[in-house]
Amino acid sequence: MKKYLEGSWAMAEAAKLCRPGVIAAYPITPQTHIVEHLAKFVADGDLKSETLNVESEHSAASVVLGSQAAGVRSFTCTSSQGLLLMGEVVFCIAGMRLPIMMICANRAISAPINIWNDQQDSIALRDAGWIQLYAENNQEAVDLIIAGHKIGENSKVMLPVMVCVDGFILTHGMETVDMPTQEEVDKFLPKYNPPYKLDVDDPMSFGLLGDPTVYAETRYAIQKTMEEVIDLIPKVGKEYQDLTSRDSVKLVESYKLEDADIAIVAMGSVCGTIKDVIDLEREKGKKVGLLKVVAYRPFPKKAITDALENIAIIAIIDKNISLGSDGALYSEIKAILSSDKKTSGFVAGLGGRDITVDTIVDIIQSAEGEVSSCNFVDLNKDLLWDEFKAS
Amino acid sequence: MFSILASRAKTSCANLTGSWRSAQKPLYLQKDCINCSLCKLVCPEGCIEGMEKNAYTADLDYCKGCGLCAYICPKKDIEMIPNQD
Repeated sequence: MKKYLEGSWAMAEAAKLCRPGVIAAYPITPQTHIVEHLAKFVADGDLKSETLNVESEHSAASVVLGSQAAGVRSFTCTSSQGLLLMGEVVFCIAGMRLPIMMICANRAISAPINIWNDQQDSIALRDAGWIQLYAENNQEAVDLIIAGHKIGENSKVMLPVMVCVDGFILTHGMETVDMPTQEEVDKFLPKYNPPYKLDVDDPMSFGLLGDPTVYAETRYAIQKTMEEVIDLIPKVGKEYQDLTSRDSVKLVESYKLEDADIAIVAMGSVCGTIKDVIDLEREKGKKVGLLKVVAYRPFPKKAITDALENIAIIAIIDKNISLGSDGALYSEIKAILSSDKKTSGFVAGLGGRDITVDTIVDIIQSAEGEVSSCNFVDLNKDLLWDEFKAS
Repeated sequence: MFSILASRAKTSCANLTGSWRSAQKPLYLQKDCINCSLCKLVCPEGCIEGMEKNAYTADLDYCKGCGLCAYICPKKDIEMIPNQD
């Protein structure tokens, strides 16, 4: 049913439809509304679930680690500093192969303290072994949350899933969302039935010491599983499409790429603005297209190289920066593209700075010019000095 | 694909932790023993057995080579010797 909803409400409702048995989270802007709504569903009796108040994100992640290990579908969500505080447990969850669902409401990292959107937080934890899916809009966020459970909980996968949504832009934005019914989701997503769990009748220990004779194999197994997830995502996407007639669960999405001379590559909500710019540019006769990366982990190398095969000029937009190197998406795409392409990287939208139509038009123009790997766009040069000054 | 994730629960006896032992192990001389059992009581691993004079032994499958038994023995009837001997 189509509803006009705040993003956080829509995502909370999607999480509710998946019937999590345990929910633990600690409030942090801009994630707070999501668990707030879930707590309301539980208090109103609309959702049968344990919600736990915890003293920090480290504890929230530890709670869901424990409950998922006990065989209960568990949900958490966080942002920015909260995700970093969870960091240690985030790696443990993947290492213990517990398919927890987390929503990361993407927000910049301190210092300076900044509550606005960029994607530095989830990118900083890209190596943890979680499947990372980036949503363009709230409809996609809802779809990725529901389908994400099915991907992570596949008995051959058993990996946690992080659905990354741009903080404020999506979480606090009002949009029309077509929400599947409980019956549809129940049909699509079977009960969580893990091949292993903590059970007093069949005692088992998880997260043990793995000495040099076994540790490397645990990492190799996750790496191989990630490769299998690349094949699984489109299959689950097809099943989800059969259910909802929406083709939103996929590795990458192409927009007007077939005949494009210039391709923009990006992740998340900025893709909506880029699509509008592409329509405007095409009216003026410039053939621009978009490659939206939905699955960042596993990284769909083949889907990306195939989509960009015939395009000579590529502009990659990162809402993150690996300081001392380049934007994360740029580095990884540059590594798999042939060197005869003009591939440039642009760092934009850090700390919530708007990426406007003009910004994207500028990016397209720069990409046609000299190649550069790490272009900070829309910089205010007046704020940059060679020597220390206190304001 | 999976690799080692979990282990079936078992008692601590299943893990032969004597493999972590320090460079020394106890040698029970079994000649001046007075059956005071101090060595057995002081052992942090609880791996010393014996009920009678000159009949105490340490189970090297679990002994960590701490040397407390040799230190406390009033008759100096326990010696610490290098592991490889």
